[in-house]
Amino acid sequence: MDNRKLRILTRHRASMAGLALIVFLSAMAALIGLLSPHDPVSWRPGEQNLGSSGAHWLGTDNSGRDILTRIFFGARISLFLGVACVTFSAAVGLPLGAAAGYFGGVTDGAISRFLDILLSFPGILLAIAIAAPLGAGLWTVILSVGVVGIPPFARQIRASVLSLREHDFVVASRALGASPTRTLIREILPNAAGPIIVVATLGIGSAILSAAGLSFIGLGVEAGTAEWGAMLHDGYVDPRLHRTLALYSGLAISVAVLGFNLFGDGLRDALDPRSRPGA
Amino acid sequence: MTSYLFRRLLFLPVVLWAVSLIVFVLMRSVPGDPAAAIAGEKAPAEIRLRVRRERGFDRPIAVQYVAYLGRLLHGDLGESFKHSNEKVRDQIARKLPHTLELAFAALTIAVAAGLSLGILSAAFKGSWIDYASMTVALAGVSIPVFWLGLLLIIAFSSVLPVSGNLNPIYVPVDRTGFLLIDTLLMGDGVMFRDALAHLVMPALALATIPLAMIARITRASMLEVLGSDYIRTARAKGLSPAGIILRHALRNAALPIVTLLGLEFGSLLGGAVLTETVFDWDGMGTYILTSVRETEYESIGGAVLVLAFTFVLVNLATDLLYSFIDPRIRHGQQEA
Repeated sequence: MDNRKLRILTRHRASMAGLALIVFLSAMAALIGLLSPHDPVSWRPGEQNLGSSGAHWLGTDNSGRDILTRIFFGARISLFLGVACVTFSAAVGLPLGAAAGYFGGVTDGAISRFLDILLSFPGILLAIAIAAPLGAGLWTVILSVGVVGIPPFARQIRASVLSLREHDFVVASRALGASPTRTLIREILPNAAGPIIVVATLGIGSAILSAAGLSFIGLGVEAGTAEWGAMLHDGYVDPRLHRTLALYSGLAISVAVLGFNLFGDGLRDALDPRSRPGA
Repeated sequence: MTSYLFRRLLFLPVVLWAVSLIVFVLMRSVPGDPAAAIAGEKAPAEIRLRVRRERGFDRPIAVQYVAYLGRLLHGDLGESFKHSNEKVRDQIARKLPHTLELAFAALTIAVAAGLSLGILSAAFKGSWIDYASMTVALAGVSIPVFWLGLLLIIAFSSVLPVSGNLNPIYVPVDRTGFLLIDTLLMGDGVMFRDALAHLVMPALALATIPLAMIARITRASMLEVLGSDYIRTARAKGLSPAGIILRHALRNAALPIVTLLGLEFGSLLGGAVLTETVFDWDGMGTYILTSVRETEYESIGGAVLVLAFTFVLVNLATDLLYSFIDPRIRHGQQEA
């Protein structure tokens, strides 16, 4: 990203606010073990369902665990899941889309139809259908939410490859005898990186949302894990908690997703002049 | 155009077939013995063996798939073993209208509010109205629908019913399966109002994401149109601002919005799964989750299949509508 684009991005107030939210949650996720005196996992009889106090700012849940501590521990899992799902989507989607755009013809036809078929399921429904037979667990979430995220990556890189394929520097690389893989990685990918970064940033937000949704209905992480969707569900079904747990874990999800959406929008504006407001 | 239509229609069975294949593979990738899932884990070995033979689980997987496809073509989605072998098709026929009703209600709210917010934003670009609308739109795509459901319940639980589709004391005559229509056909105002009251909160919660998307695309699309020459001409002619926006700009800004509507209806079907859980709405979402809990794989498969088919058909319809609205579209040459 050159200086001009960086300047546009840093002056984009909303996207800087988004970045601040992401940095804040990441920092809290990293440091919560040092900052909080409470243990996020162990069961503490006699301290269940306490209201908020000096010791427990948001109170405790039905196992006597500090809610605020668990929410920031939840940031570890939810942020990790968001990044892991998007990494999976990119690892599958980018090679597929690049091959479709570069080779064209039958390859393109087959890959594009495959993407059409993935897109013929409503996203969360496909995730549920994949997660149902696998059973709860981190890998289930990564796989099921990751598969849903493949098409945006594949379509974006395919479009970029199509538009770059006939440029002189690509033709030159081919003429020098470079293999398709080398041409794609060394010549095309660097020039197509911008839009992919945008897809990835916005993708993390929606992956966090889907992962929380899966956990909320019991198909995500294993029950009892400090994950926002699962905590929201726990707070939901247990009215004794006065829904504090559900309220704050939902707020945490919204803040994280908002952060990635704001930052992603700003990145897109910085990288693509056409989408800039007022342009 | 004709060849485009033809290709889309030709591709339709391929998509439907692929969807059925994916569903079959997913449902058969369940670890453990499918016969045990039907007969029960504790069933004696000979009963399991009989179930396995009767249902063809002992045959090669390819043969099973062909048999499955054959049953699908006859509209047979299997049976629900834990509910006295009721046909999955009959269960879905009861649940699907409820989900469609919820989705339609949500789409109506989303279109009305989303269009208004988008148009206002574009008309007053840069003003506080613009910022307020776009903040609502951004919040709409960031808030989990199940959390918003909880907020709505906390806010409105004193005035609106928080769970179910209809007060159980009412027994509507089932004509269409759509409760609002059935109660209207019965001419029962009290029951109709009760059904409507039950619909409000889930529909509001489900409407947020499409509302936000519609508002954003309407704004973007209106801004593009408002910058064009013929709008300047209309302004120069002294037409009223409202007239320009509604009569001239909106009509040309409609295309991307129509496309989005089709896509959003599909995601409404998906989002309904989560929303229904929150409000105990007796539709496809609750049905899928109950089936997951009861390991009723034929029910899950059938429900996923039906929702995906609905989604594919709605998208196709939108696509066709799109090319009828705008004769400029040359589908033969797109995607270059």
